[in-house]
Amino acid sequence: MEFINEAKTLFKDNIRDYGMYIALFVIMLTFTIMTDGLFMSSRNISNLLDSTGYIAVLAVGMTLVIVIRHIDLSVGFVAGFLGAIAAILLTGMGVAFYITIPIILVMGIFVGLFNGLLVAKFGIPSFVATLAGMLIFRGALLQVTEKTGTIIVKDDGFNAIGNGFIPSIMQVNGLHLLTLILGVLAILLYIYSEISTRKNKINYQFEVVSKGIFIVKLVFVSAIISYITWILSGYNGFSWTVVIMLLVVVIYHFLTTKTVLGRHIYAVGSNPEAAHLSGINVNKITYIVFGSMGMLAALSGILFTSRLQSATTTAGTLFELDAIAAAYVGGVSSAGGVGKITGAIIGAVVMASLSSGMNLLGVGVSLQYMIRGGVLAGAVIFDVMTRKKRG
Amino acid sequence: MLLSLFLLLIAVWLGGIIMNDNILEMHGISKEFTGVKALSNVNFKVEKGEIHCLIGENGAGKSTLMKVLSGVYPYGTYEGDIVFEGSVQQFNKISDSVKAGIVIIYQELALFPDLTVYENIFAGNEIKQGGIVDWNRTIAEAKKMLDKVKLDVNPETLVKDLSVGKQQLVEIAKALSKDVKMLILDEPTAALNEDDSENLLDLLGELKEQGITCIMISHKLKEVISIADKATVLRDGQTICTLDASKGEISENVIIKNMVGREIEDIYPKRPNKTFGDPVLELRSWSAYAVHLGRQVVKDVNFHVKKGEIVGIAGLMGSGRTELALSIFGNPKSYKLHGELLVDGVPKTLKHPSDAIRSGIAYVTEDRKGDGLFLIQDIKNNISAANLKRIAVNGVINDNEEVKETMEYKKSMYIKASSLEQVVGNLSGGNQQKVSLGKWLFVGPKLLILDEPTRGIDVGAKFEIYTIMNQLIEEGMSIIMISSELGEVLGMSDRVYVMAEGQIKGELSIEEANQESIMQLATQ
Repeated sequence: MEFINEAKTLFKDNIRDYGMYIALFVIMLTFTIMTDGLFMSSRNISNLLDSTGYIAVLAVGMTLVIVIRHIDLSVGFVAGFLGAIAAILLTGMGVAFYITIPIILVMGIFVGLFNGLLVAKFGIPSFVATLAGMLIFRGALLQVTEKTGTIIVKDDGFNAIGNGFIPSIMQVNGLHLLTLILGVLAILLYIYSEISTRKNKINYQFEVVSKGIFIVKLVFVSAIISYITWILSGYNGFSWTVVIMLLVVVIYHFLTTKTVLGRHIYAVGSNPEAAHLSGINVNKITYIVFGSMGMLAALSGILFTSRLQSATTTAGTLFELDAIAAAYVGGVSSAGGVGKITGAIIGAVVMASLSSGMNLLGVGVSLQYMIRGGVLAGAVIFDVMTRKKRG
Repeated sequence: MLLSLFLLLIAVWLGGIIMNDNILEMHGISKEFTGVKALSNVNFKVEKGEIHCLIGENGAGKSTLMKVLSGVYPYGTYEGDIVFEGSVQQFNKISDSVKAGIVIIYQELALFPDLTVYENIFAGNEIKQGGIVDWNRTIAEAKKMLDKVKLDVNPETLVKDLSVGKQQLVEIAKALSKDVKMLILDEPTAALNEDDSENLLDLLGELKEQGITCIMISHKLKEVISIADKATVLRDGQTICTLDASKGEISENVIIKNMVGREIEDIYPKRPNKTFGDPVLELRSWSAYAVHLGRQVVKDVNFHVKKGEIVGIAGLMGSGRTELALSIFGNPKSYKLHGELLVDGVPKTLKHPSDAIRSGIAYVTEDRKGDGLFLIQDIKNNISAANLKRIAVNGVINDNEEVKETMEYKKSMYIKASSLEQVVGNLSGGNQQKVSLGKWLFVGPKLLILDEPTRGIDVGAKFEIYTIMNQLIEEGMSIIMISSELGEVLGMSDRVYVMAEGQIKGELSIEEANQESIMQLATQ
């Protein structure tokens, strides 16, 4: 009885955090039932995650931009443009892919820093500054692809990023072994870190959740990781896109929740004047956040170009709005200071699941847009309502 | 029998006429903000056609009273009655009071700088014909209003191109366009130079001739003496007295005495041993020019604080105290600075608050909600915000260490909250102020600048903050305390500077300082 009561209060206190996970679960379950299990098939989930990659990394960067009360509309065409530059470097100039990628990422950082300069130094509203960037990079993309049209990329190493999978050491009963091993490692790492956090808290004599709840949580999360690993290993295992996406999430999650830099970002977002008076360099934070956004836009461009194995004249169209939608579904607040990296990634997966599921069901494009719009509005309404309750 | 009834009726009628001499009567007005009593049982009567000044220290309740009158605080959120022109009024919003003929003009003018003079005069009160604005008539009417206030400008001028004094006249013209019966001016001359002030006061005299009643809130006693027919003094949310010029009751001494006549209670804990060391901070011919305001906010200040000393800075709002503090604390408003600043006898240039923090200076802001706290974050994050280094290794925060260390501040400062994870926006004012203070103590400064440390908090929390201040001094810290509350300045300081118009008008030892001497310097 006590156990249930504790679970209840925990749930009530964290409804906002759990809301998205529940929504994702409901969406997945609904589609799985409606498609007779086709939605949760290995192949579909693998495809779904791969097609989320280039939006998910943008959503991660966009979340931080929105947290500090700005917006970046240029990221779509920056991704498109830098993807095209990558294609030109690879095909036209014969630069190796492992050199091309860092070059493109650094170029992305510079583009982001330039946006940051316009916003922080010249005080141009970010909406306008990045709208200008959007137009400029749309033009730049057209310019570089004008002569050649679509640039086909034939570099296998580069194309593997968007289409390839991590090598399997051997197949066990048709399952991807390395993926399974990684999955098990992830579970062990998760359990280890949770237990050591708990121990540490007990050492400090802080309150912790009861043992029962703790074990339930461990089992629950482990089960989810195992299930995803098992599904993916049934197809081709983890794709490089999923690996990159996970890396970005893990790094950004760590940066935002555990470091001084992360704290400063949220401080600037929740009250820029107070942050300034607390000795935080608000301009520096703005540069860092926009710089990181630029780098992630470059990464998005690499993922997309690699996935299509070509750079097109319209690459990147509307990416920025998909990323913004994912960030808002993931619980970011335009008033600043609120929004999680894990939320952004879940938001991106929610939006991708909707597309994927509706495609499987053969829902027309017109209706798909309307439903996705409805979900976006619904997610934000939920967010606003739960915030009011707490406030 | 019938005759006596008739006489009674006449008496009542006459009584009504006599009553009608007072255009406004406010009876027993009380107004409470969560836990703080801003007005208690205030009575305020204004006769028709007079200029009535409302005087009192900052926080005495003048503005609150005027907000009750003008419907900013709607009927039902206060106790008591407003009787205007003989009938009880129930204003639910500002437009209700405007309809009745009461117009209030705030210190911060409510004009649209990018609109023209005539658009401003009729903003919200447009001259329309079938829903379409008649601009020609608007301009013609605006000209008439401008004539009335003797403002000779083209009505098509943009308001932002006018001087502050002229903008004030536009505000009054706007009020006149609404058939105003009673004009309320909140410190109308605070931002004006002498010529403009004089013009304005002359104009008020003329409006009085035209039968417009005027209530003026003012800190400048000379103005009050020259213009007021009557003056009501408020103190601590209560009416102290109403002085009548025709009986020769309005004089500087009488006003000051009534303004500050509060006994200093022993809510100010005493420090037994006072020993001062070398100066921690010193300013020499220190000036600050605010580029965006286009004026000098701090003028030629010489100033010092010794180790173990509480230095009070007294003065009225807008006297440059906060600007002085900001110019010391890393200059966040980017003033143009001149002069020398020495920390521990060494000249320093502090370009950013982080420089000031590194030099051991901390600044607890006067507006804790605006630029002091992160309201959506919890107590823990707020306390650690200005010194994350203390709980981090290589830029990575140790969460447990953070909880442990911030918990000590929560305990030692008696912050009342269910847990460290409580969101600061939900705390009471006093507890918010303690978090704000805790944030700076977490930095471990040697000089603490407190700007209005007890504004808007209850007596209990005040006492706790004073106690903490004394403890900090015992530990070897120095404190600059900016305060509008004279009692606090006198009760806590070891030495007092009085500021007005960006200058230090006087330095008083605590023995020399009393309420009259400070007020005299502050209202010069």
